[in-house]
Amino acid sequence: MRPDFLAHHEGDSVAVAVRDLSPGTVEGGYLTGPVAIQIDLRHDVPLGHKLALADLSAGDDVIEYGVRVGTASKNIHKGEYVHVHNVRSARWQTSVA
Amino acid sequence: MADERRITGYRRQDGTVGIRNHTVILPVDDLSNAAAEAVANVVPGTLALPHAYGRLQFGADLDLTFRTLIGTGRNPNVASVVVIGIEPNWTHRVVEGIAETGKKVAGYAIEGNGDLRTIEQAARTAASFLQDDSENVREPVERGEIMMSIKCGESDTTSGLGSCPTTAGAVDRWVDAGGTVLFGETSELTGGEHLIAERCVNDEVRKRFQSIYDSYIDMIERTGANLLGSQPTQGNIAGGLSTIEEKAMGNIAKTGTKPVVGALDPAQTPESGPGLYFMDTSSAAAECVTLMAAGGAAIHLFPTGQGNVIGNPIEPVVKLTANPKTAESMSEHIDLDCSGLLRRDYDLTQAGDLLMDVVDRTVNGRLTCAEVMGHREFVFTKLYPSA
Repeated sequence: MRPDFLAHHEGDSVAVAVRDLSPGTVEGGYLTGPVAIQIDLRHDVPLGHKLALADLSAGDDVIEYGVRVGTASKNIHKGEYVHVHNVRSARWQTSVA
Repeated sequence: MADERRITGYRRQDGTVGIRNHTVILPVDDLSNAAAEAVANVVPGTLALPHAYGRLQFGADLDLTFRTLIGTGRNPNVASVVVIGIEPNWTHRVVEGIAETGKKVAGYAIEGNGDLRTIEQAARTAASFLQDDSENVREPVERGEIMMSIKCGESDTTSGLGSCPTTAGAVDRWVDAGGTVLFGETSELTGGEHLIAERCVNDEVRKRFQSIYDSYIDMIERTGANLLGSQPTQGNIAGGLSTIEEKAMGNIAKTGTKPVVGALDPAQTPESGPGLYFMDTSSAAAECVTLMAAGGAAIHLFPTGQGNVIGNPIEPVVKLTANPKTAESMSEHIDLDCSGLLRRDYDLTQAGDLLMDVVDRTVNGRLTCAEVMGHREFVFTKLYPSA
């Protein structure tokens, strides 16, 4: 079936919407394999933007592609929209978000 | 099926293979742009390459400008070159560098002659070169003989999910066929640079790569600049990318799985055999592709998310996107729409087949969207201010 979102890697904390999504139950999977993950989406997430697959606390690593791609700057709940408002670079910490 | 298509190219005197057959009018410096463009107007069918620099540069910055000029002239997509500079010395230096390949090259200096006499002399030579070049014939060639380069732009998360992994499939196939592929974008490896270091074929290459990367980070830190807002760009953020690390992982996704066999200076030609090479480049699209073409690359693959329009005057740029909105809203710039990956209409292997089909047809002479749209961005990388 056609997925609502795709994640790169088992264990990633975020996935990417592959169509414009609205709050409610959405279904997705990993790049390969079945569409078998259901998420109760809390926000609108446009195509190409990210949603949380797990609960994250402020300061936690944000994992995508199986590696750290940033740090949660706020607590993030599973199903929430994830972008520059709640995640920042872990590498360029001196940058002002 | 795509693997069996017959492809053709132009074999040059130095053994390199091109996929285009340009007669180039190359200005050495900004002052010579007017004469170069006048020659191309008088002799339609030749290609002038105006650019912004070439005066009062010094040291490594001047070396890079010479390497870019000479490398552009040496590129196998170029059949012959008429060089025009304000002064005879530097003009001669560029002519000599290009002449090593055995291709036809002539130089004209404007000082003491003026634009009009220079244009007349250069145009007579250009007309003769163009006519000769028109008799060059395409011959059957192997993929592995054609140097490829890759760089993505206006990336978004669909780049990392779709267009970059599709490109990776083409890169792996190219290297398996005995070919050479260049990737770069030093700044956009940040957060994944260790993954490239791990793929370096030996300690010597790894040290060289690490030293290039570290110098870049030192430069950024010395300026005290805040790269946020620049990396990721506003376009990246609009497309859903949140951090430089996330952008880097998408960038790295297009490099495939092969070992990195060398780390090159900007515009340097690979000389240690075929394989996948890192080149130290800016992540700005036009600068990066210009440097890679100067390094000898004959075809460029350019994955995009939000939609970049880049082309290059001598190296065809094949653009692909997995973002269905971009594929529709910017269709005149997109050579391959692989958004079916996100709908699971096909898998990565099939997407790779689709890309190889476009690549083979481009090699055989099909114009890219950028060629059709007249995108000829020729942009030099400047290391520091001129004297």
